[in-house]
Amino acid sequence: MPKDEFKTPDLRVYGENPALEPDSMGHSSPYKALPEHQESLGFPGELVDGWHDKAIDKMGDLLSKNRALKVYLDSCVKCGACTDKCHYYLGTGDPKNMPVARQDLLRQVYRRHFTLPGKLFPGLVGAKDLSEEVLEDWYTYFHQCSQCRRCSVFCPYGIDTAEISMAAREIMDHIGIGQKYCNEIIAKVHQIGNNLGLPEAALIDTLEGLEEDVEEETGVAVRFPVNEEGADVLLVTPSADFFAEPHVDGLIGYAKVFHQAGISWTVSSYASEAANFALFTGSYEHMHKISSRIRKAAQELGVKRIIFGECGHAWRVAYSFLNTLAGPWDFLDPAYPTPQHICEVTLDLIERGAINLDPSANDDKVLTFHDSCNVARASRMGDTPGGQFHIPRAVIKAAVNKFVDMAPDTIHEKTFCCGGGGGLLTDDLTELRVKGALPRMEALQDVVDTHGVTHMAAICAICKSQFTKVMPYYGFSMDMVVSIHQLVSEAILLGTKE
Amino acid sequence: MSYEVNGKTIEHDEEGYITNINEWELDLARAIAVDEGIDMTDEHWEVVNFLREYYSEYQIAPAVRVLVKAIKKKLGADKGSNKYLYELFPYGPAKQACKIAGLPKPTGCI
Repeated sequence: MPKDEFKTPDLRVYGENPALEPDSMGHSSPYKALPEHQESLGFPGELVDGWHDKAIDKMGDLLSKNRALKVYLDSCVKCGACTDKCHYYLGTGDPKNMPVARQDLLRQVYRRHFTLPGKLFPGLVGAKDLSEEVLEDWYTYFHQCSQCRRCSVFCPYGIDTAEISMAAREIMDHIGIGQKYCNEIIAKVHQIGNNLGLPEAALIDTLEGLEEDVEEETGVAVRFPVNEEGADVLLVTPSADFFAEPHVDGLIGYAKVFHQAGISWTVSSYASEAANFALFTGSYEHMHKISSRIRKAAQELGVKRIIFGECGHAWRVAYSFLNTLAGPWDFLDPAYPTPQHICEVTLDLIERGAINLDPSANDDKVLTFHDSCNVARASRMGDTPGGQFHIPRAVIKAAVNKFVDMAPDTIHEKTFCCGGGGGLLTDDLTELRVKGALPRMEALQDVVDTHGVTHMAAICAICKSQFTKVMPYYGFSMDMVVSIHQLVSEAILLGTKE
Repeated sequence: MSYEVNGKTIEHDEEGYITNINEWELDLARAIAVDEGIDMTDEHWEVVNFLREYYSEYQIAPAVRVLVKAIKKKLGADKGSNKYLYELFPYGPAKQACKIAGLPKPTGCI
């Protein structure tokens, strides 16, 4: 592997703003999808003839269906509140990574074609034609947005840059310019059932291996069932939980919780993926198709409940959209919310004394917690406001004795993105990912220095993989990142009930 | 985009993964390893061979944990760790070793 051709930024005093570096990330754009991946999703294989008019038509189509998009494009007053809130801007200094500038890439074309002043006097109102150069900027800078929605928290109008970036990607897909990473993965889910392309036999082999490992370590026969008809719970979890570290340690935690609480559960090889990358590409059609696999699996297996594992955007799709996408869920047990997050299930069991944890098992660690953007800002958990912040922390605190939060303006609804969300977790964007992680790394360094933090728990497969990859650039060890249920796994008392 | 090995042209994608896995051969693996800056030792070959065996059975690379366990069996307990695999393949055992083994790049949230 050739050496990285960029310099990892130095950690600053937390909260410092970067000097402007115009166009410093103009070179960073991800590989384009191959014609075969585009076509398998029903998009043109390459840039189509007459792409300009087709792009404008598609924009009109989206505006007619998505009222919010039109409001977001109309309502910016250029107040500047968002400018220093994006982790990619803070990490790169490229002014096109200011949320307002990113939005304006689409807004300028919107004004030219969909507003009267823009049609008559484009130069006076910041309206611009969709030239090849503008299209290139779209591809480059809408793939430098992780759709984390931090900027929208600070926008007085609540303009959601994620919606704008999703719309831009959807328009580009429709004229034949898709992103390789996302579209290859979406095609794989349609074909095999998960992002990895993990077939049923490999899934069964992997989970059998985990059963052996857990029994060897604990002496307890904890099961990891696949396609078990009549199980009460269908666990839908990111396929990274079957494959990667530290994700798999979280999966072991879920299995131990189910085992100890006496809950019968199964994963499905057909719906072996919680992630739904069609959210990132703004494709309602593919979001629907992916979500429908979960419905089919739940019906065929005859489960009563659906529980989601640790995955950020999956929880957004599940919590906020699952009913519209694949409901109604009237065939499930109405005694439980649909869907449930594994953290709310675990916390409830802890509070009811159905499982017991010994936090001293994690006394070698001082924990902090990285709120995942989609869990924090695009969903909720449990039945009280702020549950998505409090429930994961309550689970962690039940599993460890030493926990401290990072700076208040970097957690809860103001959390920074890990730097790899929104379909950007790909090696061709390594520079962007490293630089985009800078604000989180600065906040982490602060609690390492002041409180001796040794580990950071994450609640999302993307966050876990992103941090594992980029933290070594900043001098942190990759195993500093842990799954929430990895901590539960260490602390849970198996086979004892008091 | 292609490798030239023993007079043959073997196509690869933007990141160096060969596009037709049936074209893999030992000399190709050696050539990719040179590009990756890796000096192939017996331990590296153990990993590459295991990946290929697993792939031929399951049509996917093994999970990191499965790989660690297999290497532990073959090379001993002190080498059965994710950390050791990263020492062998600094860019990640799954991705970098797959490239040398001629297998497709694992995709997803990994």
